[in-house]
Amino acid sequence: MTITVAGVKKEVKDDLTVAQLIIDENVETPMYVTVSINDEFIASGTFETTVLKDGDNVEFLYFMGGGC
Amino acid sequence: MAFSNEQLERYSRHIILKEIGAKGQKKLLNAKVLIIGAGGLGAPVAMYLAAAGVGTIGIADADEVDLSNLQRQIIHATKDVGKPKVLSAKETMNEMNPDVTVNTYHTFVTSENIRKLIRDYDFIIDGTDNFPAKFLINDACVMEKKPFSHAGIIRFKGQLMTYVPGQGPCYRCVFKNPPPKDAVPTCKQAGVVGAMGGVIGSLQAMEAIKFIVGQGELLTGNLLTYDALKMDFRKIKLPHNTDNCPVCGKNPTITELIDYEQAECDGAL
Repeated sequence: MTITVAGVKKEVKDDLTVAQLIIDENVETPMYVTVSINDEFIASGTFETTVLKDGDNVEFLYFMGGGC
Repeated sequence: MAFSNEQLERYSRHIILKEIGAKGQKKLLNAKVLIIGAGGLGAPVAMYLAAAGVGTIGIADADEVDLSNLQRQIIHATKDVGKPKVLSAKETMNEMNPDVTVNTYHTFVTSENIRKLIRDYDFIIDGTDNFPAKFLINDACVMEKKPFSHAGIIRFKGQLMTYVPGQGPCYRCVFKNPPPKDAVPTCKQAGVVGAMGGVIGSLQAMEAIKFIVGQGELLTGNLLTYDALKMDFRKIKLPHNTDNCPVCGKNPTITELIDYEQAECDGAL
């Protein structure tokens, strides 16, 4: 199936979970990333059980604390 | 209020813009913006807003200028090392534009002082360098119904979003709670390119100016991310349903401000 991750279309295997995608994408600080799929936030406790569907649009939103 | 000849000349490049004009310039001169943090982000914001003729600019920071700040905090100079940042910033802004009244707050923002501090201002700039302050500013702005610009910078990356009461998600909608101390690196630990403050801080100044003159589209409901190494700007649409947010949602559970533990950082505010 095809999904869009951070604006880039990708071919991925069916039944991919958000947790696995986080690993595959080498997400920095995976414990503290915010994930949205198709304009909905995904609760951080449900990454293991959230299965992606064909056509999903996934965004990773990262903490950025600096300003100093 | 009529413009003096000097003001007509000083602001001529604004006045000629159809989106600003004399009317918009008057709005800028009557506007009050509070900048929290006189560092990498706060420096360019303060300088561009002062140059633009924002009539009242508040600046809050508890720190003194350190030599290691000067690689990016361009409002301060070598002669200012050791001086309170708010004082150094005020001197630079006064030299740039005598039209601007600068209010200085040589203090950390806390749950005790922030609501009173922001109440007098039209727009707030988050130029802080730590998550406890970023969440505090967000929650206080939601409670006081104040618009603000969030930004963060680290290494070669930056991010930006604008909150306007009633128009889409707040910072806490997106990021829920501060990460534990030291879980996410700070600039001091990870480094930051000085020009990153210039890029992202200038965008914050631009959001404040657009808000004041009432032109264009603000970065509400979106997170802008910038990756300098890839030279890539992305405007990421944020979920618009804020009903369940603990602070700006329908049934808020956070009704009092929270002082989270301060992370160690170079001049934490």
